[in-house]
Amino acid sequence: MTAGPVAQFWSEFRVNRVAVVALAIVATIVVLSLVAPWITPQNPYDMSGLRLADARRPPGFVSPRTGITHWLGTDGQGRDVLSAILYGLRVSIEIGLSAGIIAFSLGVTLGTFAAYLGGRIEALIMRFIDLQLSFPAILLALVLAAVLGQGKWQLVAALVTAQYAYFARTAHGAAATERSKDYVEAALSTPLKPHVVVLRHILPNCMPPLIVVATVQVANSIALEATLSFLGLGLPVSEPSLGMLIANGFQYLLSGRYWISIYPGIALIVLIASINLVGDQVRDQLNPRLRR
Amino acid sequence: MSPAIVEVRNVSRRFAPTPSIGERIAGLFGAYVENRTVHAVDRVSLDIASGEVLGLVGESGCGKSTLGRVIAGIHPPSDGEAFIHGEPVMGGQRRRVKTTTRVQMIFQDPFGSLDPRFRIGATIAEGPIAHGLIRRAEARAEVARWLSAVGLPADAADRFPHQFSGGQRQRIAIARALAMQPDILVCDEPVASLDVSIQAQIINLFLKLRRELNLTMLFISHDLGVIRHICDRVAIMYLGRIVELGRTEDIYTRPAHHYTRALLDSVPKLVTTGDDLVSFRPISGELPSPLAPPPGCHFHLRCPAADARCRSEAPDLRDLADGRRAACHHPLIDDRT
Repeated sequence: MTAGPVAQFWSEFRVNRVAVVALAIVATIVVLSLVAPWITPQNPYDMSGLRLADARRPPGFVSPRTGITHWLGTDGQGRDVLSAILYGLRVSIEIGLSAGIIAFSLGVTLGTFAAYLGGRIEALIMRFIDLQLSFPAILLALVLAAVLGQGKWQLVAALVTAQYAYFARTAHGAAATERSKDYVEAALSTPLKPHVVVLRHILPNCMPPLIVVATVQVANSIALEATLSFLGLGLPVSEPSLGMLIANGFQYLLSGRYWISIYPGIALIVLIASINLVGDQVRDQLNPRLRR
Repeated sequence: MSPAIVEVRNVSRRFAPTPSIGERIAGLFGAYVENRTVHAVDRVSLDIASGEVLGLVGESGCGKSTLGRVIAGIHPPSDGEAFIHGEPVMGGQRRRVKTTTRVQMIFQDPFGSLDPRFRIGATIAEGPIAHGLIRRAEARAEVARWLSAVGLPADAADRFPHQFSGGQRQRIAIARALAMQPDILVCDEPVASLDVSIQAQIINLFLKLRRELNLTMLFISHDLGVIRHICDRVAIMYLGRIVELGRTEDIYTRPAHHYTRALLDSVPKLVTTGDDLVSFRPISGELPSPLAPPPGCHFHLRCPAADARCRSEAPDLRDLADGRRAACHHPLIDDRT
């Protein structure tokens, strides 16, 4: 018996120190954002807990009224920036992941079945997706966010629409390659039912490129969500995500109160960069041409 | 001769690329649109008897693999039908799907024909479980039985395809096909991609399995030596048509069709006496494009005996002396009539 594929994958992944650190950072950020309600000194969404007298205080300020140490300062409404960042990360990751997962399922289903069925159905689906890909994702998301209105699920819907096409394209390419391989013909000539062949044989063999696209697209969703929120098309003001925090602090940047925008910005950059670094390593490992 | 298991009746298989939208519009306006239809198999009929091994020989691109795939139910025929025990291989009318499990296939490339993510045991047991031939609880024992039948240890079931060599993988592919308990095995160049020493092992395995299981096989190969070793009867294919059909020894000793003789002559032989110590005669000319096959007898461009009739009239496959059939106006052996 040899080691399972997961253990083997990890032993190769471990070699790249940068990717391991990036993975650790992603994991830390995810854990911190999950436990945010229990570790933050203040609930940034609870307007009654905010003191306007504590607004726009610099990092390290200790409030004489609440006794809270604001390590990263406070924003224009007296909100603790560190607490807001952790809550904001929570929102960003939640939206990025749900958009990624839904876009993945939708796109992969469309792409794989287009590749399997072939003919006119394939042409119809893929030309529609090509058409959509010719528009920038940000434009589509902007229009949809404006049409659907504010709210978490409206935002997710806008992100999914902007991104499922990438999954569909990748899945279609990978599935079309697998479809022509002998093991698929062998399965069809056994004969196994077509949906069994697609789900059990073609789809698992399409996973490597899809996993890479998925990591990159989750990072893209987070960035896109931040962009929309920054432009005021994302979540309501009462539940600030990272993008809105940056937008809120933007007006104070030139007055020297940099912390309101800069720290959420750094958090966003670190998260997106780490996810991309992990994604790069996964891609390198799964690309057979770079191996051996 | 025992009754036929497989009957192939007038089977044609064409491959036509779907014309693009531009071409279709041009066609509507009466423009000339190039016809790119390939007649891979052109009105082929043959029978395979129970327990018989039929060889199918021809150059690359002559349609032998396509014919094999039609019989194995991978490609639906464009015309005609292949039957197994009198039942068509492909069911359904519009979207045709294979329904029978009675025919199984072995592929040329053992590196592509096994799902790289499936353990060997799962690969072999998948089909029989899906069709209720065995129960899930019996799978391990059944897999071990077939692995030992093809000369592999039982613990191979827990490993992945990439842990095996080409010859071992081909054994696994054979075990997978046999586990479906087929009436006929279609082997598409099963040894062509293996080393010569491994080829001999796999051929001996086929001979052993044939003895033990009374296998019926369609053995597709371009290797005349392998065919002679393993087959009872041989069909020679040229550009989508069968040009000669007969018992192996007859065909090798007294070919009836000029193409068959040219094919036999083109095999390099080691001659130990005489002037031409190492001699062979390649067939003159190239295989014509299957997009535009020549009229009349397809072989007339390369045939030494071709005359005006051969250039205009396609010969039918007809009976000659002692059970031989050939599609030639001027066969090399006597007509029966």
